[in-house]
Amino acid sequence: MKKGKALLEVKGLRVAVAGNEILKGVDLTIRDGEVHAIMGPNGSGKSTLAQVLAGHPAYTVLAGTAQYEGKDLLDMKPEERARAGVFLAFQYPVEIRGITNSYFLRSALNALRRERGEPELDPIDFLQFLEQKLKAIGWDDSMMNRPVNEGFSGGEKKRNEILQLAVLEPRLAILDETDSGLDIDALKTVAETVNRLRSPDRAFLIVTHYQRLLNYITPDVVHVLADGRIVKSGGPELAQELEARGYDWLRDGVMVS
Amino acid sequence: MTSIEAHVQQPYKYGFVTDIESEVVPAGLNEDVIRLISGKKGEPEWMLEWRLKAYRNWLKMSEPHWPNVKYGPIDYQAISYYAAPKKLPKLDSLDQVDPKLVATFAKLGIPIEEQKRLTGVAVDAVFDSVSVATTFQAELAKYGVIFCPISQAIREHADLVQKYLGTVVPHNDNFFAALNSAVFTDGSFVYVPKGVRCPLELSTYFRINASSTGQFERTLIIADEGSHVSYLEGCSAPMRDEHQLHAAVVELVALDRATIKYSTIQNWYPGDEEGKGGIYNFVTKRGKCAGANSKISWTQVETGSAITWKYPGCILQGDNSIGEFYSVAVTSHRQQADTGTKMIHLGKNTRSTIVSKGISAGRGQNTYRGLVKIMKGAEGARNYSQCDSMLIGDKCGAHTFPYIDVRNSTAIMEHEASTSKIGEDQIFYLRQRGLSSEDAVSMIVNGFCKEVFKELPMEFAVEATRLLGISLEGSVG
Repeated sequence: MKKGKALLEVKGLRVAVAGNEILKGVDLTIRDGEVHAIMGPNGSGKSTLAQVLAGHPAYTVLAGTAQYEGKDLLDMKPEERARAGVFLAFQYPVEIRGITNSYFLRSALNALRRERGEPELDPIDFLQFLEQKLKAIGWDDSMMNRPVNEGFSGGEKKRNEILQLAVLEPRLAILDETDSGLDIDALKTVAETVNRLRSPDRAFLIVTHYQRLLNYITPDVVHVLADGRIVKSGGPELAQELEARGYDWLRDGVMVS
Repeated sequence: MTSIEAHVQQPYKYGFVTDIESEVVPAGLNEDVIRLISGKKGEPEWMLEWRLKAYRNWLKMSEPHWPNVKYGPIDYQAISYYAAPKKLPKLDSLDQVDPKLVATFAKLGIPIEEQKRLTGVAVDAVFDSVSVATTFQAELAKYGVIFCPISQAIREHADLVQKYLGTVVPHNDNFFAALNSAVFTDGSFVYVPKGVRCPLELSTYFRINASSTGQFERTLIIADEGSHVSYLEGCSAPMRDEHQLHAAVVELVALDRATIKYSTIQNWYPGDEEGKGGIYNFVTKRGKCAGANSKISWTQVETGSAITWKYPGCILQGDNSIGEFYSVAVTSHRQQADTGTKMIHLGKNTRSTIVSKGISAGRGQNTYRGLVKIMKGAEGARNYSQCDSMLIGDKCGAHTFPYIDVRNSTAIMEHEASTSKIGEDQIFYLRQRGLSSEDAVSMIVNGFCKEVFKELPMEFAVEATRLLGISLEGSVG
């Protein structure tokens, strides 16, 4: 397989939250079109990595670099990262009362379009655009006129994140435990949608605790994060091995080495 | 949280002073001052007598201190009770209005010149103690609608004024209402005749300009049987280091099947970050649904004033009458608001709805205080109340005091309340989708206020959302 250009290059990333060092030196390179999975036990720093790449202000970068499309990602505001094509599907999507999903999505899309020098979409144009996108992923518009995530079930919230991903068409999509709390049917729907959205100019970083999502989305690379470091990387077969053996053997490995 | 707070605490944009020659009555209050004001207005004897009666009552009353607000003592003898620009038109012709006044109102977004008038909105412009222009009076007269300064109504429509003035808010209702009754200077008068749907939005814009003065306006709106009227008031004042008193009274009367929609966009100077200066807004507003099947709806967006003390209420006397109260109150810096409503159910099958949204930022203190009273004869009365508070930052406060007094067992009451905080996570979520932090705050606040903004007339919903520094789309409509 011909390797694409490096889209994201993380080197020696150390990150603290509330004074505790969570990431203790992470190296990670994601190339155009690749799907990477980050697995690891609870508390290993998986979500921290996702949040810090998106620019959550609660996380402090202690050391290291992250280059995105050759730019210093860590120097960019969260909205600048978003406009440059970095998308985070949240583990816990928040509710925005009184604002419809449709209005919210259009505002987000227009923020991206302004950045790219494209004309903003008015509500009617947006509706047409949305219809196409929904059709492409085989979803209906039942969620569009409801307030953002308000009264959504856990599964609906996660699906809504994937819907936003489909509409905003990022270059780098980070999925933070999107599979947690999904029943098997919802999991399949989400996986199918992600598979349809795979493309040579879109990379994915899928953070997950369990291997089951990877039964449906075959990653190019699987990394194991333990105690703030990537302790092992491999192909899709690594996920299978983790499913069979758990994480402990790796943790012991860290301690031994 | 600094970016969120900075955004909410925008500088006051209406704080300029108009340099205009004014006639200001020396500070102090006594019967001679009241006679002087009455004389300047060319009032009939009965009006002066009413004022004096109110004044004598006021002397026996004391300032209320039960609201959840703190301020130093007010020296009522240090206030001037009348200020007016010297050059006022003699006739009712806008051509003669001082260009400085025209420019002032234009700067506030209230064009009063013939050619630039707001379409679909008739405006009464009140500057300090006098009305300087009322647009579209002649057009409205074709429908029998009277819309004029109350001082003019006292002279020209004495029968109506005498019949209704003080019937909803008696001259001895409370300390500030009594003070207003004694010294009120201008304000608007509206009468909509039987069966007429007022063809224009009616609006009064109040501007305080002179220093060391108080503004005491009085508004009286009467909707006769089967009529309909929508009225909006706006206001602003210069930035001054002193506190200025604004004590208004508004009375609404809706007869059988009549509807009055009364909207307020209150943007008096709120004082600076340290709480220096700003308007004391102590206001009594009440509507009486006197007739069966009548309806009075209050909508208020309160962003200004150092202290706000007001409870626009409805007396639901007519059977099947409806009272509504929709409110957004914002307190930032050191602003304090104690506001809410009173719904008094007297008639059968009367219904009331209360939706209150309080937003506190900086060191602001926001109190909702509401009374729902179901009297013995109010068979089948219903009330729905919803009080939501939003906190921005950790130095502000939100308080809720709902009073419920039910004397008829058939009443159905519902009350919901919530308190939320704009969190870093909410802002981050929206920023992660490409919105700036300002737009993120706007969207959250906008969504929070949606149920109230959608009650505003379209022309003013734009103004209201702009006042909160937020964009209109997505919230209204």
